[in-house]
Amino acid sequence: MEDQANKTTALNAASQKLLGILPSILNQPTLQYRTNIDELTVNLPGDLVHTICKILKTHTDTAFDYLTCLSVVDYEDILEINYHLFSYTKRHKMVLKCELKSTDPTISSISNIWRAANWFEREAHDLFGVLFEDHPSLDRLLLPDDFEGNPGLKSYPLHEYKEW
Amino acid sequence: MKISENINESGSTVDMLINMGPQHPSTHGVFRLVLQLDGELIVDAEPHIGYLHRGSEKLCETESYSQVVTLFDRLDYVANLNSELAYCMAVEKLLELQIPDRAWYIRTILCELNRISSHMLFYGVYGLDVGAMTPVLYGFRERERIQSLFEQVTGARMMHNYIRIGGVKEDTPPEFNENLHAVVLELEKAIEECDELLTQNEAFLARTKNISCLTIEDAIDFGVTGPILRSTGLVEDVRISEPYGIYDRFDFGIPIGSTGDCWDRYYIRMQEMRESLSIIKQAIKQMEPGEVQAKMRRIVRPPKGECFVRTESPRGDLGVFLVSDGSQNPYRVKVRAPSFANLQAIKHMLEGVYVADAVVILGSLDIVLGEVDR
Amino acid sequence: MEMNQDKYSDLTKGYDQDSDKRGNIPAESVFEEVLPNVIAAKSNELFALARKSSLWTLSFGLACCAIEMMSAHMSHHDIDRFGIVTWPSPRQSDVMIVAGTVVKKMADPIKRLYEQMPEPKWVIAMGACATNGGPYYRSYSVVMGVDHLIPVDVYVPGCPPRPEALMYGIMELQDKISSDAKNRANLISKKHLNNEN
Ligand code: SF4
Repeated sequence: MEDQANKTTALNAASQKLLGILPSILNQPTLQYRTNIDELTVNLPGDLVHTICKILKTHTDTAFDYLTCLSVVDYEDILEINYHLFSYTKRHKMVLKCELKSTDPTISSISNIWRAANWFEREAHDLFGVLFEDHPSLDRLLLPDDFEGNPGLKSYPLHEYKEW
Repeated sequence: MKISENINESGSTVDMLINMGPQHPSTHGVFRLVLQLDGELIVDAEPHIGYLHRGSEKLCETESYSQVVTLFDRLDYVANLNSELAYCMAVEKLLELQIPDRAWYIRTILCELNRISSHMLFYGVYGLDVGAMTPVLYGFRERERIQSLFEQVTGARMMHNYIRIGGVKEDTPPEFNENLHAVVLELEKAIEECDELLTQNEAFLARTKNISCLTIEDAIDFGVTGPILRSTGLVEDVRISEPYGIYDRFDFGIPIGSTGDCWDRYYIRMQEMRESLSIIKQAIKQMEPGEVQAKMRRIVRPPKGECFVRTESPRGDLGVFLVSDGSQNPYRVKVRAPSFANLQAIKHMLEGVYVADAVVILGSLDIVLGEVDR
Repeated sequence: MEMNQDKYSDLTKGYDQDSDKRGNIPAESVFEEVLPNVIAAKSNELFALARKSSLWTLSFGLACCAIEMMSAHMSHHDIDRFGIVTWPSPRQSDVMIVAGTVVKKMADPIKRLYEQMPEPKWVIAMGACATNGGPYYRSYSVVMGVDHLIPVDVYVPGCPPRPEALMYGIMELQDKISSDAKNRANLISKKHLNNEN
């Protein structure tokens, strides 16, 4: 049980190695690299997301071929977009974070890098109103077309239960 | 895709649009697929989802941590315990909780049983999809067996709410071991029986062999996981590559395919059932009496932070992204549902195949709409 | 009786008339019992008897409850015993079992399916979701019970209801059909009287 606990709370060897080489690959001196439980986390400005994702996927040392998850967290005035990446060949993982102002949630789409991002982005657009530029078809995915509002946001009210 | 594209002015042949769903017996729930056909060939396919979007992720934010488990039960309603496990693991990771060994053994045994019952449902329904009526009766016979065992342990046939944060609800009843032995023996026989019934059937082979071959690159790019990814030949199973819980104590194999066609996807699931049985048998041997619930406060209040957990559900890579703000309710719960990503690839898989194969391909993905739409 | 036997002699050829083994009833006695008798019943009650003994359900799974509905149809519970046959098309079915959560996007298709079913038709709301929203009663996208869309005859509570509960619901529906037939006859005659006056 002891070493198991260590395993889940520290970077694994592959991700350690990634942390070593990442600054030289990305070549962005302003970026901060931090460790969150067992994941390497990087905060990105919105305009860098597309270029950095492209490098991360195509560079042979990073080789992030698998976009595990794309999620949006609503912090009232900020919408945070999380990209969880994983590499089958190198077996390391990392998280990219990008903060958007909730008044103007626009970011460039990465669906031309990973095709998996297509529906994830449509879902984020549907529930949170994030606009992904250059997305092939940014329609509503889960909700009906005539639905008004973005129910994922914290400001969207829930039903109050009424007795009939 | 719009209907108006089909107006025929020149008098030549035009593509035909076929609407499949949302109520259709072989869409496995409420899923709509619009197919554009050129004669017998599918030119384009447009999947429409959201007919079961219940807003679970948003509802999770209004419930307390321990109540959320019930909502996770209803996400992947064919493999309920596996989704419960993913959520509980995420909370435990934030809490940095040590789970007692016995709790892990019970969790593992039940989850693997649930994997078998989920694959049995697939087996039966896939039989129906390709036009065989008998397998579904056999599949449900085995499911019934597993469900009544679940009922003895958890008190419910489907919505268990048994795996709790910090362990499991209660210890197994005294007659559990005996009954589990009986079920395992029965399942062993039944899997062989099912295998003989369908796997090498001539008609089944003709319908599924070399249909919709997926390459490794495409599969990874679409985020496809689980049996469908393994059918392309990639050796990847979260239980082995990033072992969680106690999976590193068992010796089991990862069945893989070679061509990535429908038959491979089917056969991998048959073999996975055997591997699951072997895990269960090892777990029964290793299991010892002990505590089933970690010592923790009754009101769960994880520290501020976030974490992402990946588990291997019967459909693939089930991830839970949990953000906590230190209060009693989760701040945000995002479910990375395997069926959601797998279903995305259907557009790619359907292009250029015969319309009769559409149902076979859709069936081989084994989607659960509760998980796709959440 | 002599005449009868002659008339139907070619029909009774297959039976071994001399044998008195069980299960091999001489044909003569069958005709004796059935043919000379007369059944007197009100026509609508007779129709109700026929209707309730062969309910075809629209196979229409929405969510988790659909799995239990399938279980009810399959080998262990075998709801076929009650004459319940599941049918994929609304045009030939009598009962719609709404098994699962009804979300707003699905509301229109459900209404359309209901309208496509020929009269007489019945609806069973299976599970907490179809009854009143169930665990999702606060959700922004769930219809709070299918009775907001179509009339429901029987509610089966549970999340999910056990297959046995669904069977009980179907038996209740059968009772309802036969008692409706009786009540309806009274209603019609009353209406008739009212119109006369
Ligand atoms: S009542 Fe329960 S089991 Fe049935 S559809 Fe609703 S959540 Fe699922």
